[in-house]
Amino acid sequence: MAAASHAAPSSSGGQRSLGRLAWPIGYVVVILFLFFLYFSILPSLVKPVSAPVLAWLPVATINECLMWAIMALGLNVVVGYAGLLDLGYVAFWALGGYTAGWLMAFPFNWTWDFHLFSPVKSTLPGTHINFWLVCIVAGILCAILGLIIGAPTLRLRGDYLALVTLGFGEVITQFFRNSGDIAGFNLANGDPGISPIDPIGTGPLGAAGIAPPLLTNSAAGNVWKILVLGLLVGICIFVSLRIREGRLGRAWLALREDELAASMMGVPLVRVKLLAYAVGAFFGGIGGVANASAITTAVSPSGFDFGKSVLVLLMVVLGGMGNVWGVTIGAFLLSWLNSNGLKQIGVQIDAIAGTNLEASLPRYNYVILGLLLVLMMLFRREGLIPESRTKALMQMPSRTEAESLGADSLEAEAETDAVEHSDAGADAKIAASAAAMAGSGAAAGAGTSSGARREDES
Amino acid sequence: MSAQAQDSAQDSVAAQGARSREAGKEVILELKDLSVSYGNIAAVQNLSMTVHQGEIVTLIGSNGAGKSTTLRTISGLLRPKSGDVVFEGSKINGIPGHEVVKLGICQSPEGRKIFQRMTVSENLDLGAFTRKDTAKIAEDRENVLELFPRLRERINQKAGTMSGGEQQMLAVARALLGNPRLLLLDEPSMGLAPVLVDVIFETIEKIRTQGVTVLLVEQNALAALEIADYAYVLESGRLNTQGEASKLLDDPSVTAAYLGGH
Repeated sequence: MAAASHAAPSSSGGQRSLGRLAWPIGYVVVILFLFFLYFSILPSLVKPVSAPVLAWLPVATINECLMWAIMALGLNVVVGYAGLLDLGYVAFWALGGYTAGWLMAFPFNWTWDFHLFSPVKSTLPGTHINFWLVCIVAGILCAILGLIIGAPTLRLRGDYLALVTLGFGEVITQFFRNSGDIAGFNLANGDPGISPIDPIGTGPLGAAGIAPPLLTNSAAGNVWKILVLGLLVGICIFVSLRIREGRLGRAWLALREDELAASMMGVPLVRVKLLAYAVGAFFGGIGGVANASAITTAVSPSGFDFGKSVLVLLMVVLGGMGNVWGVTIGAFLLSWLNSNGLKQIGVQIDAIAGTNLEASLPRYNYVILGLLLVLMMLFRREGLIPESRTKALMQMPSRTEAESLGADSLEAEAETDAVEHSDAGADAKIAASAAAMAGSGAAAGAGTSSGARREDES
Repeated sequence: MSAQAQDSAQDSVAAQGARSREAGKEVILELKDLSVSYGNIAAVQNLSMTVHQGEIVTLIGSNGAGKSTTLRTISGLLRPKSGDVVFEGSKINGIPGHEVVKLGICQSPEGRKIFQRMTVSENLDLGAFTRKDTAKIAEDRENVLELFPRLRERINQKAGTMSGGEQQMLAVARALLGNPRLLLLDEPSMGLAPVLVDVIFETIEKIRTQGVTVLLVEQNALAALEIADYAYVLESGRLNTQGEASKLLDDPSVTAAYLGGH
């Protein structure tokens, strides 16, 4: 892929290569800072200083944010790069999680003891495979599922595509819900799901006593998870950026802009679309494994509801479709609000007004996120950190500057169609349907009632 | 193979009656009895036409005559109901659009369809999407920017922020970067001021001198006939008239029907 990116002739080649180094360095600094903040800085500070930081930004929340960033970066490939609206992205998260359940957990059904570079005790029954290997396996499985989901949707566009992907997302969840008895075979333990899932091991670092040997959901384990998840996010960012600059990335952008024109340029639409699904799904699978192993330590169907698909889509849309950094920040912001931010805001309001919002505010998460999206669409449609292309047309510069050069005074009549029919509208449409979905998610997701109702049905 | 095509081309020439088309030039594209339909609606019926190497051939006719349908069939976006598209001696109907580009047929589509949110430079890169000969691409790029100096001025501008004329130039330039042997131009004059139409058409003539054969679809019949060697006139999906462009310009029936009494 890298070989195919014959860079466009550019006068600022030197600057660019410097720019290429800038982000990895900056990123490593940020992750290391976060790590040392929780590893040594905060514990050494007096409580009045460290307590508010830990209350607003607990380590577990940081890890959750990093995990969601993997998901958002994956969906960004499908929605942001290739312009294919996917409302069933949770399917890949689920399959990734269940892959972890199958390959790195205590047995729930079959007793097949197999250990492969696993950090857990070798006497433990069940299949226990190393976290990193499972990440790769889950990525590949999800990529295959991506192809399976992608293939029938190739001829669909816009709303129809969204509906089909939504259907697939629900099908996968229902599949796992009913997986306790598939023609008598217990594939994934149905509603209770699989738990516990092995934590990430630290190998030589653990053996040397530097890090805990197992990154469990403990104070010490959570701190070290920042490094592991940070590395995964870093890889996703790197891959996202590299692909976009390459031939495939250009094909995706062309596809997003104008399918017919892309085809006329020789872009093989079928292959390029399927690759978008596959790459996005690969990221989603890794996110699923990371979630199952490092965040929840369990998988069950109730965790993979439609609301999660919407949440990831919101991250992409709010952050800025197509912009890797925007999407990453969108993921951090929303997953923080979702996991801890709303609760803390509730606590603060309670302290001032004497209300009891600490418990209730987080339950209205989808209402609040939906509202946030509506506001964004009204005031900053292109997202927090927009992709430069989107920005250019969403905030159309008045052409007076160019016209003042006297270059185009003869052809003013042809202007309006170019601007009005621009594909900026297509992105706005994706954002708008995301807003609508968030609204419906709010109706169902404000309480836990929807989960309970579904259990009744099945 | 090409000799065979030439034979059959000459057969069809004979069948269609006398025409004083320059002999000895190879046939690059031939449509044989082509019919295309959208569902039950026939858009093109029994159209036969030939394009010779190095010519500018124009396909004119009023709105809905089937001109764009014909072009889309040639470029593989539509499949013919019956009949064949023969390019350089081999049948290409049924080959998908993105493969046709690799054969050397590039299209500047109706309504330009440039990639609005990409820069001019990125648009040109996409024009060369199927090619891997980096050195030749750079050379072609330079050549295209010579043809359209305006594009060089705007090379890093977002294409959607350019004027209609510039966008049309970009659409043609982008098609040229596919290194076509046959360039299909669909209504390049649409929505442009007369002065710009002249610029575009002058450029088309220059492109021909560089060895690219051009099939030009136009509603602006006058401008098209002025630069074309040979013309086909479509009416309601059927071939109405054909002949040397200069002769059609003098033909009163054509003038009355398509040139608005010019």
